[in-house]
Amino acid sequence: MIKTDILIIGAGPTGLFAVFEAGLLQLKCHLIDALPQAGGQCSEIYPKKPIYDIPGYPEVLAGELVDNLMEQIKPFQPGFTLGERAETIDKLEDGTFVVTTNKGTKHHAPVVAIAGGLGSFEPRKPLLDNLAKYEDNGVAYMIKEPEMYRGKKVLIAGGGDSALDWSIFLADIADEVTLVHRRNEFRGALDSVEKVQHLKNEGKINLMTPSEVVALHGENALEKVTVQNVDTSEETEVEVDHFIPLFGLSPKLGPIADWGLEIEKNAIKVDNSYDYQTNIPGIYAIGDVNTYPGKLKLILCGFHEATLMCQSAYQRIFPDKKYVMKYTTVGGVTGFDGTKKEAPKAVVKSID
Amino acid sequence: MSDIKLKIIDREGVLHEVDAPTDMNMNLMEVVRSYELAPEGTIGICGGMAMCASCQCYVLSDHQLPEKSDDEEAMLSEAFFVKDNSRLGCQIHMTDDLDGLEVELAPAED
Repeated sequence: MIKTDILIIGAGPTGLFAVFEAGLLQLKCHLIDALPQAGGQCSEIYPKKPIYDIPGYPEVLAGELVDNLMEQIKPFQPGFTLGERAETIDKLEDGTFVVTTNKGTKHHAPVVAIAGGLGSFEPRKPLLDNLAKYEDNGVAYMIKEPEMYRGKKVLIAGGGDSALDWSIFLADIADEVTLVHRRNEFRGALDSVEKVQHLKNEGKINLMTPSEVVALHGENALEKVTVQNVDTSEETEVEVDHFIPLFGLSPKLGPIADWGLEIEKNAIKVDNSYDYQTNIPGIYAIGDVNTYPGKLKLILCGFHEATLMCQSAYQRIFPDKKYVMKYTTVGGVTGFDGTKKEAPKAVVKSID
Repeated sequence: MSDIKLKIIDREGVLHEVDAPTDMNMNLMEVVRSYELAPEGTIGICGGMAMCASCQCYVLSDHQLPEKSDDEEAMLSEAFFVKDNSRLGCQIHMTDDLDGLEVELAPAED
Protein backbone atom coordinates (compact mmCIF):
# COMPACT_ATOMS: atom_id res chain seq x y z
CA MET A 1 0.00 0.00 0.00
CA ILE A 2 1.40 3.38 -1.06
CA LYS A 3 0.85 6.02 1.63
CA THR A 4 0.94 9.76 1.05
CA ASP A 5 -0.63 13.02 2.23
CA ILE A 6 -2.29 14.13 -1.00
CA LEU A 7 -3.05 11.54 -3.64
CA ILE A 8 -3.25 13.32 -6.99
CA ILE A 9 -5.07 11.62 -9.83
CA GLY A 10 -3.63 12.94 -13.08
CA ALA A 11 -0.04 14.00 -13.70
CA GLY A 12 -0.73 16.89 -16.06
CA PRO A 13 0.48 20.44 -15.38
CA THR A 14 -2.15 21.08 -12.68
CA GLY A 15 -1.39 17.86 -10.80
CA LEU A 16 2.36 18.47 -11.05
CA PHE A 17 2.12 22.02 -9.75
CA ALA A 18 -0.03 20.82 -6.83
CA VAL A 19 3.05 18.85 -5.69
CA PHE A 20 4.98 22.11 -5.37
CA GLU A 21 2.29 23.94 -3.41
CA ALA A 22 1.79 20.92 -1.16
CA GLY A 23 5.54 20.68 -0.63
CA LEU A 24 5.68 24.24 0.66
CA LEU A 25 3.24 23.05 3.34
CA GLN A 26 5.41 19.98 4.04
CA LEU A 27 2.76 17.70 2.53
CA LYS A 28 3.88 14.74 0.42
CA CYS A 29 2.20 13.82 -2.85
CA HIS A 30 1.82 10.75 -5.00
CA LEU A 31 0.43 10.90 -8.54
CA ILE A 32 -1.46 8.29 -10.55
CA ASP A 33 -1.73 8.59 -14.32
CA ALA A 34 -3.04 6.22 -16.99
CA LEU A 35 -0.37 7.39 -19.41
CA PRO A 36 3.15 5.98 -19.15
CA GLN A 37 4.68 9.46 -18.74
CA ALA A 38 3.92 12.62 -16.76
CA GLY A 39 2.56 15.75 -18.44
CA GLY A 40 -0.98 14.76 -19.43
CA GLN A 41 -2.28 16.36 -22.62
CA CYS A 42 0.85 18.53 -22.84
CA SER A 43 3.02 15.45 -23.33
CA GLU A 44 0.53 13.20 -25.07
CA ILE A 45 -1.29 15.48 -27.50
CA TYR A 46 0.80 18.55 -28.20
CA PRO A 47 4.34 18.45 -26.72
CA LYS A 48 5.78 20.46 -29.63
CA LYS A 49 3.08 23.16 -29.66
CA PRO A 50 3.68 26.55 -28.10
CA ILE A 51 1.57 27.98 -25.26
CA TYR A 52 1.40 31.77 -24.96
CA ASP A 53 -0.64 32.33 -21.81
CA ILE A 54 1.51 30.92 -19.01
CA PRO A 55 2.20 33.98 -16.85
CA GLY A 56 5.83 35.00 -17.15
CA TYR A 57 6.47 32.90 -20.25
CA PRO A 58 5.86 34.85 -23.49
CA GLU A 59 6.11 31.48 -25.23
CA VAL A 60 6.78 27.96 -23.97
CA LEU A 61 6.42 24.58 -25.64
CA ALA A 62 3.97 22.30 -23.85
CA GLY A 63 6.65 19.64 -23.44
CA GLU A 64 9.07 22.22 -22.09
CA LEU A 65 6.51 23.40 -19.54
CA VAL A 66 6.19 19.83 -18.28
CA ASP A 67 9.99 19.48 -18.04
CA ASN A 68 10.14 22.72 -16.05
CA LEU A 69 7.37 21.62 -13.70
CA MET A 70 9.13 18.30 -13.11
CA GLU A 71 12.30 20.23 -12.26
CA GLN A 72 10.37 22.59 -9.96
CA ILE A 73 8.77 19.76 -7.95
CA LYS A 74 11.86 17.52 -7.81
CA PRO A 75 12.85 18.62 -4.26
CA PHE A 76 9.46 17.40 -3.01
CA GLN A 77 10.11 13.85 -4.23
CA PRO A 78 6.66 13.00 -5.58
CA GLY A 79 5.82 9.35 -6.10
CA PHE A 80 4.34 8.19 -9.40
CA THR A 81 2.10 5.29 -10.38
CA LEU A 82 2.21 5.63 -14.18
CA GLY A 83 0.48 3.55 -16.83
CA GLU A 84 -2.31 2.66 -14.40
CA ARG A 85 -5.81 4.07 -14.24
CA ALA A 86 -7.46 4.99 -10.93
CA GLU A 87 -10.39 2.63 -10.81
CA THR A 88 -12.11 2.61 -7.41
CA ILE A 89 -12.17 4.73 -4.28
CA ASP A 90 -13.09 3.56 -0.79
CA LYS A 91 -13.64 5.85 2.16
CA LEU A 92 -12.37 4.30 5.38
CA GLU A 93 -13.95 4.82 8.79
CA ASP A 94 -11.36 7.41 9.79
CA GLY A 95 -12.31 9.52 6.74
CA THR A 96 -9.22 8.63 4.72
CA PHE A 97 -9.32 7.12 1.24
CA VAL A 98 -7.96 4.08 -0.55
CA VAL A 99 -7.70 4.42 -4.32
CA THR A 100 -7.06 1.25 -6.32
CA THR A 101 -5.84 1.21 -9.92
CA ASN A 102 -6.86 -1.13 -12.73
CA LYS A 103 -3.71 -3.11 -11.97
CA GLY A 104 -4.57 -3.45 -8.30
CA THR A 105 -2.07 -0.94 -6.90
CA LYS A 106 -3.50 0.53 -3.69
CA HIS A 107 -2.92 4.09 -2.49
CA HIS A 108 -3.89 5.41 0.93
CA ALA A 109 -4.25 9.15 1.67
CA PRO A 110 -6.31 11.52 3.81
CA VAL A 111 -6.87 13.79 0.78
CA VAL A 112 -7.55 12.95 -2.87
CA ALA A 113 -7.14 15.64 -5.53
CA ILE A 114 -8.54 14.74 -8.92
CA ALA A 115 -6.55 16.59 -11.57
CA GLY A 116 -7.76 14.31 -14.31
CA GLY A 117 -8.05 16.80 -17.17
CA LEU A 118 -10.18 15.35 -19.93
CA GLY A 119 -10.09 11.92 -18.31
CA SER A 120 -7.81 8.98 -18.86
CA PHE A 121 -6.54 8.35 -22.35
CA GLU A 122 -7.97 5.17 -23.83
CA PRO A 123 -7.10 3.66 -27.22
CA ARG A 124 -9.50 4.57 -30.02
CA LYS A 125 -11.10 1.40 -31.29
CA PRO A 126 -12.14 0.87 -34.90
CA LEU A 127 -15.84 0.40 -35.58
CA LEU A 128 -15.96 -3.30 -36.38
CA ASP A 129 -18.88 -5.56 -35.49
CA ASN A 130 -17.22 -8.43 -33.67
CA LEU A 131 -14.20 -6.52 -32.37
CA ALA A 132 -14.86 -7.28 -28.70
CA LYS A 133 -14.96 -11.02 -29.40
CA TYR A 134 -11.32 -11.02 -30.47
CA GLU A 135 -9.95 -8.64 -27.84
CA ASP A 136 -7.07 -10.48 -26.15
CA ASN A 137 -7.74 -13.20 -28.71
CA GLY A 138 -5.84 -11.68 -31.57
CA VAL A 139 -6.81 -8.02 -31.28
CA ALA A 140 -4.75 -5.66 -29.11
CA TYR A 141 -4.60 -1.86 -28.98
CA MET A 142 -1.10 -1.54 -27.64
CA ILE A 143 2.03 -3.62 -27.82
CA LYS A 144 3.22 -4.66 -24.39
CA GLU A 145 5.49 -7.63 -25.10
CA PRO A 146 6.88 -7.54 -28.64
CA GLU A 147 8.24 -11.07 -28.15
CA MET A 148 4.75 -12.55 -28.28
CA TYR A 149 4.64 -11.63 -31.98
CA ARG A 150 7.73 -13.69 -32.83
CA GLY A 151 7.03 -15.88 -35.84
CA LYS A 152 3.44 -14.62 -36.07
CA LYS A 153 1.47 -12.90 -38.82
CA VAL A 154 0.72 -9.36 -37.65
CA LEU A 155 -1.46 -6.69 -39.24
CA ILE A 156 -1.10 -3.13 -37.98
CA ALA A 157 -3.57 -0.39 -38.92
CA GLY A 158 -2.94 3.33 -38.57
CA GLY A 159 -1.04 6.18 -40.17
CA GLY A 160 0.82 7.84 -37.32
CA ASP A 161 4.11 7.41 -35.57
CA SER A 162 3.13 4.43 -33.46
CA ALA A 163 1.85 2.46 -36.46
CA LEU A 164 5.08 3.21 -38.36
CA ASP A 165 7.43 2.57 -35.45
CA TRP A 166 5.85 -0.73 -34.45
CA SER A 167 5.75 -1.94 -38.07
CA ILE A 168 9.47 -1.26 -38.30
CA PHE A 169 10.18 -2.92 -34.96
CA LEU A 170 8.06 -6.01 -35.62
CA ALA A 171 9.45 -6.44 -39.15
CA ASP A 172 12.44 -8.13 -37.51
CA ILE A 173 10.44 -10.23 -35.08
CA ALA A 174 7.20 -11.29 -36.72
CA ASP A 175 6.89 -13.73 -39.58
CA GLU A 176 4.80 -11.28 -41.60
CA VAL A 177 3.98 -7.62 -41.02
CA THR A 178 1.18 -5.92 -42.94
CA LEU A 179 0.57 -2.20 -42.52
CA VAL A 180 -2.85 -0.91 -43.50
CA HIS A 181 -3.70 2.80 -43.73
CA ARG A 182 -6.61 4.70 -45.21
CA ARG A 183 -4.33 7.06 -47.13
CA ASN A 184 -1.11 6.75 -49.08
CA GLU A 185 0.44 9.46 -46.91
CA PHE A 186 1.64 8.78 -43.41
CA ARG A 187 1.90 11.33 -40.64
CA GLY A 188 5.09 10.55 -38.78
CA ALA A 189 8.74 11.36 -38.41
CA LEU A 190 10.35 11.51 -41.85
CA ASP A 191 12.93 8.98 -40.76
CA SER A 192 10.23 6.41 -39.88
CA VAL A 193 8.38 6.95 -43.15
CA GLU A 194 11.60 6.35 -45.08
CA LYS A 195 12.39 3.21 -43.08
CA VAL A 196 8.97 1.74 -43.82
CA GLN A 197 9.49 2.56 -47.50
CA HIS A 198 12.82 0.73 -47.36
CA LEU A 199 11.35 -2.31 -45.58
CA LYS A 200 8.50 -2.39 -48.07
CA ASN A 201 10.98 -2.42 -50.96
CA GLU A 202 12.84 -5.25 -49.27
CA GLY A 203 9.59 -7.18 -48.93
CA LYS A 204 9.69 -7.13 -45.13
CA ILE A 205 6.56 -5.07 -44.74
CA ASN A 206 3.46 -5.65 -46.79
CA LEU A 207 1.95 -2.19 -47.27
CA MET A 208 -1.75 -1.88 -48.10
CA THR A 209 -2.88 1.68 -48.87
CA PRO A 210 -5.28 3.35 -49.23
CA SER A 211 -7.14 0.63 -47.40
CA GLU A 212 -8.93 -0.22 -44.21
CA VAL A 213 -9.86 -3.31 -42.27
CA VAL A 214 -13.59 -3.86 -42.67
CA ALA A 215 -14.20 -7.31 -41.15
CA LEU A 216 -12.67 -9.81 -38.75
CA HIS A 217 -13.00 -13.57 -39.04
CA GLY A 218 -12.14 -16.59 -36.90
CA GLU A 219 -13.83 -19.39 -34.99
CA ASN A 220 -12.56 -18.55 -31.51
CA ALA A 221 -9.40 -16.59 -32.06
CA LEU A 222 -8.71 -14.18 -34.92
CA GLU A 223 -7.69 -15.99 -38.12
CA LYS A 224 -8.36 -13.62 -40.99
CA VAL A 225 -9.29 -10.01 -41.74
CA THR A 226 -10.90 -8.41 -44.74
CA VAL A 227 -9.07 -5.38 -46.06
CA GLN A 228 -10.91 -3.06 -48.42
CA ASN A 229 -9.22 -0.68 -50.83
CA VAL A 230 -10.72 2.76 -50.19
CA ASP A 231 -10.51 3.84 -53.85
CA THR A 232 -11.58 0.69 -55.67
CA SER A 233 -13.65 -1.01 -52.91
CA GLU A 234 -11.80 -4.18 -53.85
CA GLU A 235 -11.63 -6.60 -50.91
CA THR A 236 -8.66 -8.78 -49.95
CA GLU A 237 -8.60 -11.42 -47.25
CA VAL A 238 -5.42 -11.51 -45.19
CA GLU A 239 -4.55 -14.38 -42.87
CA VAL A 240 -3.36 -12.99 -39.54
CA ASP A 241 -2.69 -14.08 -35.98
CA HIS A 242 -2.78 -10.54 -34.62
CA PHE A 243 -4.57 -7.33 -35.58
CA ILE A 244 -3.24 -4.21 -33.87
CA PRO A 245 -5.22 -1.03 -34.62
CA LEU A 246 -3.15 2.00 -33.59
CA PHE A 247 -5.54 4.93 -34.02
CA GLY A 248 -4.26 7.07 -31.17
CA LEU A 249 -5.85 7.76 -27.82
CA SER A 250 -8.94 9.63 -26.81
CA PRO A 251 -9.78 10.83 -23.31
CA LYS A 252 -12.64 9.36 -21.28
CA LEU A 253 -13.74 10.49 -17.83
CA GLY A 254 -13.89 6.76 -17.10
CA PRO A 255 -14.37 5.16 -13.68
CA ILE A 256 -14.15 8.52 -11.85
CA ALA A 257 -17.64 9.19 -13.18
CA ASP A 258 -18.89 6.40 -10.87
CA TRP A 259 -17.32 7.65 -7.65
CA GLY A 260 -20.49 9.39 -6.45
CA LEU A 261 -19.22 12.83 -7.41
CA GLU A 262 -21.58 15.43 -8.80
CA ILE A 263 -20.97 15.58 -12.54
CA GLU A 264 -22.09 18.34 -14.89
CA LYS A 265 -21.09 18.77 -18.53
CA ASN A 266 -18.65 15.84 -18.31
CA ALA A 267 -16.80 17.57 -15.47
CA ILE A 268 -16.83 17.40 -11.66
CA LYS A 269 -18.70 20.14 -9.80
CA VAL A 270 -16.66 21.89 -7.12
CA ASP A 271 -16.98 24.73 -4.65
CA ASN A 272 -15.17 27.55 -6.42
CA SER A 273 -16.00 30.08 -3.74
CA TYR A 274 -13.52 28.38 -1.41
CA ASP A 275 -11.31 25.37 -2.00
CA TYR A 276 -12.38 23.37 -5.08
CA GLN A 277 -13.72 20.55 -2.94
CA THR A 278 -16.29 18.20 -4.46
CA ASN A 279 -19.53 17.04 -2.88
CA ILE A 280 -17.48 14.38 -1.05
CA PRO A 281 -15.42 16.05 1.71
CA GLY A 282 -11.74 15.26 1.30
CA ILE A 283 -11.99 14.80 -2.47
CA TYR A 284 -11.02 17.85 -4.49
CA ALA A 285 -11.10 18.40 -8.25
CA ILE A 286 -8.71 20.85 -9.89
CA GLY A 287 -7.84 21.87 -13.45
CA ASP A 288 -9.74 20.95 -16.60
CA VAL A 289 -11.64 18.13 -14.87
CA ASN A 290 -13.74 20.44 -12.69
CA THR A 291 -16.55 22.84 -13.42
CA TYR A 292 -18.12 25.85 -11.71
CA PRO A 293 -19.79 29.03 -12.92
CA GLY A 294 -17.37 30.84 -15.21
CA LYS A 295 -14.92 27.92 -15.41
CA LEU A 296 -12.14 28.28 -17.97
CA LYS A 297 -10.06 25.27 -18.94
CA LEU A 298 -6.72 27.02 -18.80
CA ILE A 299 -3.47 25.75 -17.31
CA LEU A 300 -3.06 29.00 -15.41
CA CYS A 301 -6.46 28.52 -13.77
CA GLY A 302 -5.46 24.97 -12.79
CA PHE A 303 -2.36 26.34 -11.04
CA HIS A 304 -4.49 28.69 -8.97
CA GLU A 305 -6.97 25.96 -8.10
CA ALA A 306 -4.14 23.63 -7.06
CA THR A 307 -2.76 26.28 -4.72
CA LEU A 308 -6.05 26.87 -2.90
CA MET A 309 -6.73 23.12 -2.77
CA CYS A 310 -3.44 22.55 -0.92
CA GLN A 311 -4.27 25.15 1.73
CA SER A 312 -7.60 23.45 2.37
CA ALA A 313 -5.98 20.00 2.36
CA TYR A 314 -3.52 21.19 5.01
CA GLN A 315 -6.38 22.35 7.23
CA ARG A 316 -8.12 19.03 6.74
CA ILE A 317 -5.04 16.99 7.61
CA PHE A 318 -3.98 19.23 10.54
CA PRO A 319 -7.22 20.79 11.84
CA ASP A 320 -5.51 22.10 14.99
CA LYS A 321 -2.40 23.59 13.46
CA LYS A 322 -2.13 27.30 12.88
CA TYR A 323 -0.55 28.35 9.63
CA VAL A 324 -0.12 31.46 7.51
CA MET A 325 1.05 31.44 3.93
CA LYS A 326 4.68 32.40 3.49
CA TYR A 327 6.19 33.81 0.29
CA THR A 328 8.88 31.60 -1.28
CA THR A 329 11.01 34.73 -1.59
CA VAL A 330 10.90 35.04 2.21
CA GLY A 331 10.87 31.42 3.30
CA GLY A 332 12.79 29.82 0.45
CA VAL A 333 12.04 26.29 -0.68
CA THR A 334 13.13 23.42 1.54
CA GLY A 335 12.91 20.10 -0.26
CA PHE A 336 12.27 16.72 1.31
CA ASP A 337 15.55 15.70 -0.29
CA GLY A 338 17.50 18.03 1.98
CA THR A 339 17.99 20.77 -0.64
CA LYS A 340 17.27 24.36 0.24
CA LYS A 341 16.77 27.24 -2.10
CA GLU A 342 16.55 30.75 -0.70
CA ALA A 343 17.02 34.36 -1.62
CA PRO A 344 20.61 35.50 -1.10
CA LYS A 345 21.01 37.57 2.04
CA ALA A 346 21.70 41.24 1.58
CA VAL A 347 25.15 42.24 2.73
CA VAL A 348 25.38 44.80 5.50
CA LYS A 349 28.76 46.44 5.21
CA SER A 350 29.99 49.97 5.38
CA ILE A 351 31.75 51.55 2.43
CA ASP A 352 35.01 53.21 3.36
CA MET B 1 -22.21 43.59 -40.87
CA SER B 2 -20.31 41.07 -38.82
CA ASP B 3 -22.80 38.25 -38.28
CA ILE B 4 -23.57 35.42 -40.68
CA LYS B 5 -26.36 32.86 -40.49
CA LEU B 6 -25.59 29.17 -40.17
CA LYS B 7 -27.78 26.07 -40.18
CA ILE B 8 -26.42 23.38 -37.88
CA ILE B 9 -28.00 19.96 -37.44
CA ASP B 10 -26.98 18.58 -34.06
CA ARG B 11 -26.24 14.93 -33.22
CA GLU B 12 -29.89 14.34 -32.34
CA GLY B 13 -30.93 15.51 -35.80
CA VAL B 14 -32.34 18.84 -34.61
CA LEU B 15 -31.82 21.84 -36.89
CA HIS B 16 -30.56 25.06 -35.30
CA GLU B 17 -30.37 28.38 -37.13
CA VAL B 18 -27.75 30.49 -35.45
CA ASP B 19 -25.90 33.76 -35.92
CA ALA B 20 -22.14 33.57 -35.96
CA PRO B 21 -19.83 36.56 -35.67
CA THR B 22 -17.09 36.91 -38.27
CA ASP B 23 -15.05 39.42 -36.29
CA MET B 24 -14.26 37.29 -33.24
CA ASN B 25 -11.70 34.92 -34.78
CA MET B 26 -14.14 32.06 -34.23
CA ASN B 27 -14.33 28.72 -35.98
CA LEU B 28 -17.32 26.45 -36.52
CA MET B 29 -16.44 24.21 -33.55
CA GLU B 30 -16.43 27.23 -31.27
CA VAL B 31 -19.75 28.45 -32.64
CA VAL B 32 -21.27 25.03 -31.87
CA ARG B 33 -19.86 25.18 -28.33
CA SER B 34 -21.00 28.75 -27.77
CA TYR B 35 -24.58 27.71 -28.51
CA GLU B 36 -24.08 24.44 -26.58
CA LEU B 37 -25.35 22.38 -29.51
CA ALA B 38 -23.29 19.40 -28.31
CA PRO B 39 -22.50 18.57 -24.67
CA GLU B 40 -19.27 20.00 -23.24
CA GLY B 41 -16.53 17.40 -23.33
CA THR B 42 -17.88 15.79 -26.51
CA ILE B 43 -16.74 18.45 -28.97
CA GLY B 44 -13.51 20.38 -29.38
CA ILE B 45 -11.66 18.05 -27.04
CA CYS B 46 -8.19 18.99 -28.31
CA GLY B 47 -9.15 22.65 -28.22
CA GLY B 48 -9.05 23.21 -31.96
CA MET B 49 -5.64 21.86 -32.99
CA ALA B 50 -6.99 19.35 -35.55
CA MET B 51 -5.68 16.67 -33.23
CA CYS B 52 -8.95 14.93 -32.47
CA ALA B 53 -12.02 14.50 -34.63
CA SER B 54 -14.65 15.41 -32.06
CA CYS B 55 -15.78 18.42 -34.10
CA GLN B 56 -16.17 16.49 -37.36
CA CYS B 57 -19.15 17.66 -39.39
CA TYR B 58 -20.66 17.03 -42.81
CA VAL B 59 -20.97 20.06 -45.06
CA LEU B 60 -24.42 20.00 -46.66
CA SER B 61 -24.50 23.28 -48.60
CA ASP B 62 -22.29 23.90 -51.62
CA HIS B 63 -20.17 26.67 -50.14
CA GLN B 64 -16.62 26.96 -51.32
CA LEU B 65 -14.57 26.09 -48.24
CA PRO B 66 -10.83 26.62 -47.83
CA GLU B 67 -8.70 23.58 -48.72
CA LYS B 68 -7.94 21.09 -45.95
CA SER B 69 -4.56 21.49 -44.34
CA ASP B 70 -2.26 18.47 -44.07
CA ASP B 71 -3.14 18.17 -40.39
CA GLU B 72 -6.88 18.15 -41.07
CA GLU B 73 -6.48 15.69 -43.92
CA ALA B 74 -4.40 13.37 -41.72
CA MET B 75 -6.84 13.55 -38.81
CA LEU B 76 -9.83 12.84 -41.02
CA SER B 77 -8.02 9.83 -42.43
CA GLU B 78 -8.00 8.31 -38.95
CA ALA B 79 -11.43 9.49 -37.80
CA PHE B 80 -14.55 7.35 -37.82
CA PHE B 81 -17.83 7.98 -39.71
CA VAL B 82 -15.89 9.94 -42.34
CA LYS B 83 -17.72 10.86 -45.56
CA ASP B 84 -16.64 12.76 -48.67
CA ASN B 85 -18.11 15.96 -47.23
CA SER B 86 -16.47 15.59 -43.81
CA ARG B 87 -14.58 18.53 -42.34
CA LEU B 88 -13.22 19.41 -38.93
CA GLY B 89 -15.28 22.29 -37.55
CA CYS B 90 -12.26 23.77 -35.80
CA GLN B 91 -10.59 24.35 -39.17
CA ILE B 92 -13.50 26.30 -40.66
CA HIS B 93 -13.18 29.97 -39.79
CA MET B 94 -16.21 32.19 -39.83
CA THR B 95 -15.99 34.51 -42.81
CA ASP B 96 -18.62 36.55 -44.66
CA ASP B 97 -18.71 34.18 -47.64
CA LEU B 98 -19.87 31.34 -45.36
CA ASP B 99 -23.24 33.05 -44.84
CA GLY B 100 -25.94 30.40 -45.15
CA LEU B 101 -23.56 27.48 -44.53
CA GLU B 102 -25.36 24.29 -43.61
CA VAL B 103 -23.63 21.50 -41.69
CA GLU B 104 -24.49 18.39 -39.74
CA LEU B 105 -22.43 17.26 -36.74
CA ALA B 106 -20.94 13.79 -37.15
CA PRO B 107 -21.76 11.28 -34.41
CA ALA B 108 -19.61 11.26 -31.29
CA GLU B 109 -17.06 8.45 -31.29
CA ASP B 110 -18.80 6.49 -28.55
